[in-house]
Amino acid sequence: MTGAFHLDGKPSVTAEGTEMRSYYGRPIIKDPVWTWEIPTYLFTGGLAGASAVLSSAAKVAGNEKLARTALYLGAAADVVSPALLISDLGRPERFHHMLRVVKLTSPMNVGSWVLFVSGGASTTAAALQLLGRLKPLRAVASLVAAVAGPVLATYTGVLFADTAVPVWHEGRHELPWIFGASAAASAGAAACMFVSPRDAGPARRVAVAGVLAEGALMQAMELRLGTVGEVYHEGAAGRFSLAAKGMATAGAALLARRGRKSRTAAIAGGALVCAGELCLRWAVFKAGFQSARDPKYVVEPQRRRVEQHGTNATTKPGGETL
Amino acid sequence: MNLLQDLLEPTAGPDGWDAYGEEQKERVGFFTDTSVCIGCKACEVACKEWNLIPDDGHVWTGNSYDNTGELSANTWRHVAFIEQEKPLHANGDGGTGLRWLMESDVCKHCTHAACLDVCPTGSLFRTEFGTVVVQQDICNGCGYCVPACPFGVLDKRHLAPAPDLPAFAKEDGRVWKCTLCYDRLKGGDEPACAKACPTKSIQFGPLEELRERADARLAKLGAEGWNGAQLYGRDPDDGVGGFGAFFLLLDDPEVYGLPPDPVVTTRDLPQMWTNMLAAAGALLAGVTALALIGGRR
Ligand code: SF4
Ligand code: SF4
Repeated sequence: MTGAFHLDGKPSVTAEGTEMRSYYGRPIIKDPVWTWEIPTYLFTGGLAGASAVLSSAAKVAGNEKLARTALYLGAAADVVSPALLISDLGRPERFHHMLRVVKLTSPMNVGSWVLFVSGGASTTAAALQLLGRLKPLRAVASLVAAVAGPVLATYTGVLFADTAVPVWHEGRHELPWIFGASAAASAGAAACMFVSPRDAGPARRVAVAGVLAEGALMQAMELRLGTVGEVYHEGAAGRFSLAAKGMATAGAALLARRGRKSRTAAIAGGALVCAGELCLRWAVFKAGFQSARDPKYVVEPQRRRVEQHGTNATTKPGGETL
Repeated sequence: MNLLQDLLEPTAGPDGWDAYGEEQKERVGFFTDTSVCIGCKACEVACKEWNLIPDDGHVWTGNSYDNTGELSANTWRHVAFIEQEKPLHANGDGGTGLRWLMESDVCKHCTHAACLDVCPTGSLFRTEFGTVVVQQDICNGCGYCVPACPFGVLDKRHLAPAPDLPAFAKEDGRVWKCTLCYDRLKGGDEPACAKACPTKSIQFGPLEELRERADARLAKLGAEGWNGAQLYGRDPDDGVGGFGAFFLLLDDPEVYGLPPDPVVTTRDLPQMWTNMLAAAGALLAGVTALALIGGRR
C-alpha cells in the first residue's frame, strides 16, 4: 500500500495508506435516531417490570406494606413508560400502528405488546387496590404483571442487541441480563425510599443484589467485547458509566450498612441506586452512538472475520489474488 | 425453542416474497458496475426528481467531488468519489498516478433485510418484485430500522412536514429510502436512476440475469488484470442472503464506505430471545427468592 496522494502539497483525505481504510472516515452505519426518552424508558420499564415481581413476592411473604408500595411504584412507571415511547416517535399520532401486527422478528413490536399487557395488568391491579374492590380480578392482574414484568425488564436488551450497532449487537449475550439486574436494583431501591425500614428488608436485599449483579455483568461484557467495548470508557458513555458505578455502589453500600436503621439513609441510598441505574441505561445508550459513529468498530471486526473465515460478500475473479 | 427457531428461520428466498403466490413477479434489482461509472451524478438527480425528494441543503465536504456525502432520508442514490494512488492493473502496469474510483451507492434490497425484520409496524414490506419498500402511510417514525440496517441506508426525515400532517408535527418524522421505483416498476418502467445512467453503470433487470452479466464482466476484468475488481453482494450465501442491488467494485468495500462482511442482525435473534427468556426467568426467581428468604426488616 502506498502513501496518500498529494495535491497542492496537502495529503488528500482518502484513507488509503492508513491501517484501517474507510470512506473519508465517515460512519458506515447510521446513528440511532432515538432521543432522551428511550434511555429514560429503559429505566422506567425496568422499574415497572421488577416492581411487579417484588410486589407479588412481598404479598406471598405476607408483607402487605411492601407489596402495596411496589405495586403503586410499578404502576406509576408503567404509566410513564408508554408516554415516553410515544413522545420519541417521529409520528406520535400513529403510536397504535405498533399493535397493528404481531411480529416476532421485531423486538420493538414484541415489546409493545408486552408493555401493553404488563402495563395494563399492573395499572389495573393498582387501581383496584386503591379502590379496594374486585379482589379476585386484582389477584389475576397482579399475577399477569408479575409474569410479564421480567420480560418487560429484559426485552430491551434484545431491542438494542438486534441492530447493526457493534457495541450493542456484540453485547447481546449480556444486555438482557444487565438490564434485568439493573431493573431489580432500581425496583428494590425505589421501594426502600417509600417503605419504612421495618418492612423494607426484601427490597433492600433485592437492591443490593441487583447492584452487585449488574456491576459484575457489566464488567464481564466489557471484558468480552474487547476493542468494541472501549466506547464504555470514552466520551459521554464513559462519563455515564463512571457515574453509574459510583452512585449505584455508594447507594448499595448505604442501604446495606445503614438502611435497616435509618429512614434518611434508606431514602438517600435508594435515590443513589436509582440514579446510578438510570445512568447505566444512558451509558449503554450513548455507547451505541459512539460505536455507530466510528467506522473502525464496524470495519475492523468484519475485516478480521474475513481474514479468518473468508466471506461470501465479495467475489473475486477466479483464482486471482489481489 | 424449536417453534421459535422455525418461526424465525430465514427462508432461502427473500423473506415474505413467497406470500404473493399468483401475484409474485420475477425478482428484479440493480447491478451497479462501478468500472464504467463516470461520476456524472445523473442517477442522484433523476432519483430526486422522480421521487420528489426534498432539498436538504448544500454542503461543501472537500471530499473529492462528493458533496452529497452519504445515503440518507433525502438521498437514495449517492455517488462516492475516491482518489487513490494505486496502479490500474493488478500486476503494477498502468502507472501509479491518480486512480479515481466512482460508485453509485443505493439500498441493497437485501434478501434477508434487517430493516424489514425489525420494523414493528409492518411499514417496511417485501414487494411482489422481491424489493424492500417503506409504506409512508404506516411508518410511525419509531426509528428502529435506522440502526438495524448494516449499510446505514435508512434515516429519519427531519425536514419540514408535508402540509397534510397534524399541526403539532415539527418534522416529517418518518424514514425514507430507495423504493427501487416501486411505482415505475408497477407501470412496467425501469427505475429512474438506471434510465438516466449514460454509461450503463447502473443496470436494472431480473436478478438472475444481472448475476450472469456480472459474472461475465468480472471474468473479463479479471482477465484484463484490473486491480481490485470484485463483485459485492452477488452471492446468495453472504450474511444478508445476497443483495437485490449488488456491485462490481475496484477495491475493498470499506474503501467505498461499505461494510466488508455485512450480516443481518436478526440472524442471531432466536438465540437472543432464548437468552432473554433465561434472563427474565432469573429475574423472576431471584427477586422472589430474595423477598421470601430472610426477614422482613
Ligand atoms: S440495505 Fe438496509 S435499508 Fe436496504 S433492504 Fe438492506 S437492510 Fe433494508
Ligand atoms: S421507522 Fe417506520 S419503517 Fe422504520 S421500523 Fe419504525 S415504523 Fe418501520
